Amino acid sequence: MALGLPENVFIANLDKLANWVRANSLWPMPFATACCGIELMAVGASRYDIARFGAEVMRFSPRQCDLMIVAGRIVMKMLPVLQRIWLQMPEPKWCISMGACACSGGVFDTYAVVQGIDRFIPVDLYIPGCPPRPEQLIQAVLDLQEQIKKTGTLTGREFQRRTQLQTPHLRPAAPTDLIVAPGDYSTATLRWPADDKYPVHPSRRLPLLQDN
Amino acid sequence: MIAYHHILETLRRITGCSHLELRTFRDNVRLEVPREYLYPVLQHLKEGFGFDMLIDITAVDYLYYPDARRRFGVIYCLLNTSTGQRLVVKTYLDEPDLHLPSVFPLWKAADWLEREVYDMFGIVFDGHPDLRRILLPESFADYPLRKDYPLRGRGERHNFPTLSRAES
Amino acid sequence: MPLELVETWETTSNQKQYLWTLNFGPQHPATHTTLRLILTLDGEKVVKAVPDIGYLHSGFEKLGEDLNYNQYVTIVDRMNYISPVANEIAWHHVVEKLLGIELTPRCQYIRTILAELARISDHCLNIGTAALDLGAFTPFLYAFYQRELIYDIIQEASGQRFHPSYTRIGGLMYDVRHEWIRKVRAFVQSFPKAHSDIHRLLTRNRIFVQRTKGIGVLPRELAINLGCTGPVARASGVVRDLRKDEPYLAYGELRDTFQVVCATGGDCYARYLVRMEEMLESLKIIRAAIENLPSGPVNIDVETKEVLPPKPETWRTIEGLIQHFELIMTNRGLNTPREEIYGAIESPNGELGFYIVADGSDRPYRCRTRPPSFVHFAVFPYLAVGHQISDMVAILGSLNIIAAELDR
Ligand code: SF4
Repeated sequence: MALGLPENVFIANLDKLANWVRANSLWPMPFATACCGIELMAVGASRYDIARFGAEVMRFSPRQCDLMIVAGRIVMKMLPVLQRIWLQMPEPKWCISMGACACSGGVFDTYAVVQGIDRFIPVDLYIPGCPPRPEQLIQAVLDLQEQIKKTGTLTGREFQRRTQLQTPHLRPAAPTDLIVAPGDYSTATLRWPADDKYPVHPSRRLPLLQDN
Repeated sequence: MIAYHHILETLRRITGCSHLELRTFRDNVRLEVPREYLYPVLQHLKEGFGFDMLIDITAVDYLYYPDARRRFGVIYCLLNTSTGQRLVVKTYLDEPDLHLPSVFPLWKAADWLEREVYDMFGIVFDGHPDLRRILLPESFADYPLRKDYPLRGRGERHNFPTLSRAES
Repeated sequence: MPLELVETWETTSNQKQYLWTLNFGPQHPATHTTLRLILTLDGEKVVKAVPDIGYLHSGFEKLGEDLNYNQYVTIVDRMNYISPVANEIAWHHVVEKLLGIELTPRCQYIRTILAELARISDHCLNIGTAALDLGAFTPFLYAFYQRELIYDIIQEASGQRFHPSYTRIGGLMYDVRHEWIRKVRAFVQSFPKAHSDIHRLLTRNRIFVQRTKGIGVLPRELAINLGCTGPVARASGVVRDLRKDEPYLAYGELRDTFQVVCATGGDCYARYLVRMEEMLESLKIIRAAIENLPSGPVNIDVETKEVLPPKPETWRTIEGLIQHFELIMTNRGLNTPREEIYGAIESPNGELGFYIVADGSDRPYRCRTRPPSFVHFAVFPYLAVGHQISDMVAILGSLNIIAAELDR
């Protein structure tokens, strides 16, 4: 009040203000596929009530969301859908991988389940557990808020700066020790149409994701 | 309740097939049918003996089963909803000729169940209205529940493009 | 998606009409998890519905061939994930049938109580989310609170609130404690009030009734022909309940305490009413079972060499340790008959069966699940035709499709 400001006027760093706004109104996009999704619903329901932390506005349209919560296992047929939805979300966006299945495949080390979504989309926060307790999810949201508050800027420079890869992009999509049968992706039974002018390994191409 | 041996006798008489066999284990009664007679037998079970509900169709790959002589067994679990009687009908198939008649005309429930067996074992049901893969992607080229397919697959699960922060 | 000209399908007019195709799901709030429908629409009316499934196919059955009879219970849990205990009970029911094990009375009663609690929690979630999709948010919160109470009970018994993996061949992981019995009693006391709250919010709610009555009618013959079981079949007038018809666990002794709930409407509203009433019947079973809970051991005799010895015995006595290793070590394990068996229980969703092929070792050679959701979702195209697109949500909600059980 030394400056003689009238009441109800604060002086703050605008960056901080932007962060504060972003962090406390996360709109999650519940990408709930399996059992973890039910726990996600429990977090939204009355006993755990995620509304206390400003993240209760579950929007099912990716265009309105800034936090994707991947709850449940992602399988071969679902992964292109997941990637497409991730691409549809506007920046700034974050991703929480909830549960052992989304983080690493969990108990499902089988032919159909993707062993960790971080092989294919960027993930900011991992929650272990099968399923994680609701408290863990709430803690994850708090941690993410903490992270957002520390790093954000008003103009969103940090999102433009994110040009270097933050995901395990450079490691082979499937470590060879995980492939039991002989052969690699070129002999795998699921093939993408061949495209010679694209020098990327066939396993890294984006054939399904172009909007038509 | 109709006695099972009576069902067996009647079926033998009507279809003229002498290779029908009845086996009992605990409370399960299993009728083993050569596959040429599968459709007539099932039809009689439905129309003559009131087995009006098809509970399940599934298959087993006997590749590594001790002392097994046939490769695939296909199993039909039937139920008579008015008496509560159950019957398991089983037939065997061998490798090159994996064809069976579809029972979709008898029970509509067979639609998806047969598609699943086709998806998982590659057994073709002739006369099925829409025999496509049901659980796996269309581009998948293997039959995962066969015993010679490895549990962890052949790398299909990781055959996808990677998205990074910069790209998204 | 652009308008396109498609062949008319079972429409009365013989001219070609402008129909359009709508892709519904797999990531859509009303499909709950990962169902996908391809709807052909005439204006807002559905002319054809083609479900596309497999978006959660994770190879349960293949995995089962790799795990032994006790381990697979952890995977079975994840099948119908809104009532995991029912799956465990189904799995071990069939395994025990294969091995010819007769459970102790106490174990039978505890499993019965858990199965009925699972039924209540399943129906709660189903009704809550079905109402949520039709625009009523409050019943969802009420129903979910009841589920939390059931989670507490299950957590008290097993230590995990969601996927307890509580059953073992020939018994349970541990015996229950007195605190558990107190919690079950308290739940039996408090549940009718919550039930009547939901009942008063929905049963005569005009919007809810108008959106469910006469929608998705499933006639009795079609229900039988399509293999429907459980609440879906009973709402269409198929009087069948494995708890009465083929009693297992303690249902034989408790058969006078409950009735089979049936309706004749066959529409979404009938299915809702059947589920609501079934919860009260389940509560009666729980009340009778908890008051008559027998004493005695919860596992069968260790001498049969089929059940894992209790943990204190494993840690403190040499016999227990040997017995434990006999069952756990990879080259030992259970001796199973070289036979195949089909067994089923009445899960909240319908007949949940397993077809096990045993080859003499301690792992199933093949363990097929007969999933009720899979059969029920195949019904959907028959129910959807002729209704408005907004009714799809009501039909989906009333069938209670659980994606993990659907795709396995
Ligand atoms: S982590 Fe566990 S609870 Fe979550 S989806 Fe996977 S199996 Fe289900």
